[in-house]
Amino acid sequence: MTEILRVENLAKSYGTFEAVKGISFTVREGEMKALIGPNGAGKSTCFNMLTGQIRPTRGEVFLDGARITGLPPRVIWRRGVGRTFQITGTYQSMTVIENVQMALISHNRRVFSLFGRARALYRTEALALLDRAGMADQAERPCSVLAYGDLKKLELAIALAHRPRLLLMDEPTAGMAPSARIALMQLTAEIVAEEGLSVLFTEHDMDVVFAHAHHIMVLNRGELIADGNAAEVRANPQVQEVYLGGGMLFKEIDHA
Amino acid sequence: MGFFIAQLLTGLANAAALFLVASGLSLIFGVTRIVNFAHGSFYMLGAYVGITLMGVLPGVLGPHFGFWGAIVLTGLIVGLAGALVEIVVLRPIYRAPELFQLVATFGVILVVQDLALMVWGAEDQMGPRAPGLRGVFRILGEPIPKYDIVLICITPFILLALWALIAKTRLGVLVRAATQDREMVAALGVNQRWLFTGVFALGSALASWGGALQLPKGGADLLMDFNIIGPLFVVTVIGGMGSLPGAFIAAVLISVLNVFGVAYMPQSTLVLMFVVMAIVLIVRPYGLLGKEEVAGEHGQSGAPETPIRPFGQRGKIAVAGLLLVLALLPLVTQPFALVLLTDIVIFALFAASLQFILGTGGLVSFGHAAFYGGGAYAAALMVTYAKTPMEIAFLFAPLGAGMLALVIGWFCIRLSGVYFAMLTLAFSQLVWSLVFQWRAVTRGDDGLIDIWPSAWLSGTVPYYYFTLVVGVLGILFLRTVIHAPFGYALRAGRDSARQAEAMGIDVKRVQYVAFALAGALAGLAGGLFVFAKGSVFPTELEIGKSFDALIVVFLGGVKTLSGGIVGASFMAAVEDWLTRLHYWRLLLGLLIIAVVILAPEGIVGSARRLGLRLGLVKHTEAD
Repeated sequence: MTEILRVENLAKSYGTFEAVKGISFTVREGEMKALIGPNGAGKSTCFNMLTGQIRPTRGEVFLDGARITGLPPRVIWRRGVGRTFQITGTYQSMTVIENVQMALISHNRRVFSLFGRARALYRTEALALLDRAGMADQAERPCSVLAYGDLKKLELAIALAHRPRLLLMDEPTAGMAPSARIALMQLTAEIVAEEGLSVLFTEHDMDVVFAHAHHIMVLNRGELIADGNAAEVRANPQVQEVYLGGGMLFKEIDHA
Repeated sequence: MGFFIAQLLTGLANAAALFLVASGLSLIFGVTRIVNFAHGSFYMLGAYVGITLMGVLPGVLGPHFGFWGAIVLTGLIVGLAGALVEIVVLRPIYRAPELFQLVATFGVILVVQDLALMVWGAEDQMGPRAPGLRGVFRILGEPIPKYDIVLICITPFILLALWALIAKTRLGVLVRAATQDREMVAALGVNQRWLFTGVFALGSALASWGGALQLPKGGADLLMDFNIIGPLFVVTVIGGMGSLPGAFIAAVLISVLNVFGVAYMPQSTLVLMFVVMAIVLIVRPYGLLGKEEVAGEHGQSGAPETPIRPFGQRGKIAVAGLLLVLALLPLVTQPFALVLLTDIVIFALFAASLQFILGTGGLVSFGHAAFYGGGAYAAALMVTYAKTPMEIAFLFAPLGAGMLALVIGWFCIRLSGVYFAMLTLAFSQLVWSLVFQWRAVTRGDDGLIDIWPSAWLSGTVPYYYFTLVVGVLGILFLRTVIHAPFGYALRAGRDSARQAEAMGIDVKRVQYVAFALAGALAGLAGGLFVFAKGSVFPTELEIGKSFDALIVVFLGGVKTLSGGIVGASFMAAVEDWLTRLHYWRLLLGLLIIAVVILAPEGIVGSARRLGLRLGLVKHTEAD
């Protein structure tokens, strides 16, 4: 398998505090890779550096061998990286399908069209995407009335609109009921298998992680302490300390 | 050298009042997140109350205690008035969108203006001299009023006292905490309501002290409230919102600059201030000591908007019917009614252009009159100097205004929220002062006259038809754009800029284009205006004009384009009736405040809600 994302020595400092301390890893084509770690480990910071929301202090990010470090989010998106957020950011004043149409409009570079009805554009494609995410029956509902789990599904449909090669999902199942979590990740896994895209996701629910991730990385206080398959990560003593020796961890955080 | 130092000292003395007013505004904004437009009104009240007290107290307490006692007491009285305004007007609407609060404070301005007129009369009042400080000091041979020296010495202590209040007292801790995170302060059991009231009272008192302290150097008049807004916002923007030392530095900078401007470049004093502001903002977009406003991820406040829909069959018939009636009206009505209708159509187009960036784009512009008046002036200048025929000159109105919007937008679009609002206002003031002071070209407040349409359009009826066609086409164009991909992208950027950026949309560029489009259409309205009236004066560029449009959009309802149009018709009709009354500002102000509190969705929104309840409008899920 060829690698699609390569991260080299990526770091972010806020004043004297180093949120991410020079991590390196790769994501290979067609794999689902999880980035896990306790609260405050730097997962979201790391994601935001990969997709351009935050500019790294040092280090490089390569997509398919091309350097994308520090590029704005919209440029990275155009290069074929999709993204969902921990706190969903859908357009509240639009319907479900219009949210997807917006992504399609942008993908087809029609944002600056002053004429023509946006509602009529790319409807078929949008419906197909919603269908893929199990949201077709809610296409015409206002986004503002959706249940949280459905918003997450909608985000997935939106993120798939420009046929990304790499999809970054920040806490895709946070705040969902356990059964819905499994269902959403099952769906994601199917899409990954069919479309051949790669997924990097952060997650708190270890059931979800161990059920769906091909490879798992563990981040703790800005440092990558493990990177391997489920068995390797389970056996890693440092990971065991972070996750099982929780008492230790909390004590140290209290001192800090 | 002596002259130079004298100028410097005068500037420093002038900075005292400006700093006091600006610090109050900054404090109120920091804690309540409300840009208090009525702040100038408290400054004016301070001057009037101060004069009254200075007339009474010295007889009771002796000259010295009388004068200074009057100043202190002024702060207490106006502070109480501020508390009253906060409790009655602002408390019910803290959760409403920014615009509602701004419009409410604008209502307060109107009410205070008429109350001041009732109590103190229309005549300008001279301020009394400070006792024992009548003479001058000679510094290097130049006379410096003693009172100026006293002011210069007082100001740093005021800054210090304010700083101590914020840094050392429990109230200060609460104020700083609330500035950082209001929700957290509430969660910790602090009674926010009284904190807000207290801060608003303190801010008002500071403004009134500014007004009272400047009395021996100036006086009190009914234009003080609007006249201070320009410098006040410039100072706040340059210093950085919510920063007291920033306000101090900026107040000194602007005041000193102003004094030197008067001495060396008397024609460009007003412009100079805005040029400095523009330079500061290019280097530091959030002011000298301001911090970048971090947009929350908690989404917008207020109820979510319902998705937009093109008109259904019934709506189309209704619009067509209305247009038919408007087209046939000249056959049956008086010319007078047609003149009023022409005004309404022009105003509706102007309001619709503002609604476009404000409602659809979420960009609250306080300076939209710059493009309306700018368009009018562009056409009028072409006619006056190049003898351009009307048909060509008319095209220069949207063109000139659009280009102006491209220039102003380049500075403003980089900012967002309150910073954007203040900067647009400051730039519109810059355009106004340019027109007002560059007499050689614009003829200042004498205005440009004799700007009439060509023969085939002259006369009330032909021009009415011309206005109707252009106005309706302009509004239809805006409507088309709102429903086009561009309009959707604009809305996407408003709903969630982060999400829009993460799907390839260049939000700032979309907003920039929208700003220019709105400017061009406001200019189109201005072009219609200038040929309807045959003249244009700087009043078309004033803050008041921008606010008219804001109020109209707000009255009609921010959320729909029809809101602007309904609001404009309502406003034109009401104003036509109200302005015949003596205290019409008071009534209009009270009306605005009442609408803000009672019908926060505007006329269209509230009518829709009523229709829903009565079963006339179809229910959608988001209601």
